[in-house]
Amino acid sequence: MIEISGLNKSFDKNLALKDINLTFDKGNIVAVMGPDGSGKTTLLKCILGLVKQDNGDITVKGINTRNNSQYREYIGYMPQTARYPENLKVKELIAMLKDVKGDHCVYDNELIEKLNLKSVYNKSIGTLSSGTKQRVSGSIAFLFGQEIIILDEPTAGLDPVSTEIMKSKILHEKEKGKLIIITSHITSEVEELADRVVFLLEGSIYADTSVDELKSKTGTASLNSAVARIMESNGS
Amino acid sequence: MIIAYTVFLFALSFGIIYLGRDVTKAIVSLLNVVLLFVPLISIVFGTIHFYNSQKFMEMLLALPVKRSSIFWAEYLGLSASLSIGFLIGAGIPLVAYGAPPAAWYLLVSGVFLTFIFTALAFFASVINKDKARGIGFSLMIWFYLSVLFDGLVLLIDLLFSDYPLEKIVLAFTALNPIDLARVVILMKLDISALMGYTGALFQNFFGTFTGTLFSFGFLLLWTVVPAFVSLKIFNRKNF
Repeated sequence: MIEISGLNKSFDKNLALKDINLTFDKGNIVAVMGPDGSGKTTLLKCILGLVKQDNGDITVKGINTRNNSQYREYIGYMPQTARYPENLKVKELIAMLKDVKGDHCVYDNELIEKLNLKSVYNKSIGTLSSGTKQRVSGSIAFLFGQEIIILDEPTAGLDPVSTEIMKSKILHEKEKGKLIIITSHITSEVEELADRVVFLLEGSIYADTSVDELKSKTGTASLNSAVARIMESNGS
Repeated sequence: MIIAYTVFLFALSFGIIYLGRDVTKAIVSLLNVVLLFVPLISIVFGTIHFYNSQKFMEMLLALPVKRSSIFWAEYLGLSASLSIGFLIGAGIPLVAYGAPPAAWYLLVSGVFLTFIFTALAFFASVINKDKARGIGFSLMIWFYLSVLFDGLVLLIDLLFSDYPLEKIVLAFTALNPIDLARVVILMKLDISALMGYTGALFQNFFGTFTGTLFSFGFLLLWTVVPAFVSLKIFNRKNF
């Protein structure tokens, strides 16, 4: 569904992504892992066109993302930290996004209901706590029922109940044959969810395997120690 | 914020006209205030607005929307709101006191300045990633155009006073939108006689229909060029 070939990106003189080649297929949950500053968010933002790549091509469902905006119709996105106009009410924000999206899809209101967002519908976003904002932003990512869902640290800042709801939603959507890409530092969560782990180190792909293979490759029992070992042995 | 701006302009215009009792004189006073405040408010508010909505723009850009649509929506939305604030704030008192022709020029120039300085604000914002630097850059643009520029022209005038500089000074005016607006309005007030030989030359040029057209043409250029340059950079920007 998503093909990335020869992707390079640098900010000023710092190389953020080095020659990334990846293919993501549907019905998969892919976890992008790596230490801080390894290029996880940059990779996701390149797919979304929020960061313009220096060279290389990204195709989403056969559409080259360069100079195209239409392909984003297939992607639902939850940013790491979402900021919305402060004086807008939650209800108005959702109505506005539906309006901007402007198509006639069936809305997926499951998360809005399960995460109990109806209770804050009439509050303005400026008054919400950061966890509540995360809940709003997570629900929006699933709202339009797109085939590709990109979640940048979806459970950071969420309470345990919401985290569980979010996880079961992710698994449930995978069952429907969607492609879900997440970044996360929480290894237990990755172990539970991901079919595949893409491990980035300083902008290059260090490993691209399943959780089990990553464990056996490093000879450790848990994913957490596997990740820790990779990071230590590479001095970061 | 925009409402506060409107109320401030309203109180100011009303006060100046009321104290002056003569609308024409009041326009000159109002002119100086408008030429100082409208650019300042537009550029500072525009820059702050841009940085504050950056995260939200990122959100919108994840939707199937073209970057240019978001840019124009932000730019036109902001300049239009500021212009409406200005028109209500400065327009109502002027119209209430009879609105001589120069008043209309004042209002049109004010709207132009709003659009120009909002475009410059966006320019400052797209080339600086850091908010503090962006605001600093905006203030520098404002300070340069409203204070330094006139000083430089005066300096050149003084240094080369042995040469006939009138035509060159005329051309300099086109390089500063604030000066263009000022000249357009002053010419409608028939006080150029007070400005000596250069004033007469200005009257000869800017007082005519072609001159007015020339001024508004350049004001339009001052709006379009920064807006399109900012758009170009915005299209390549990393969020």
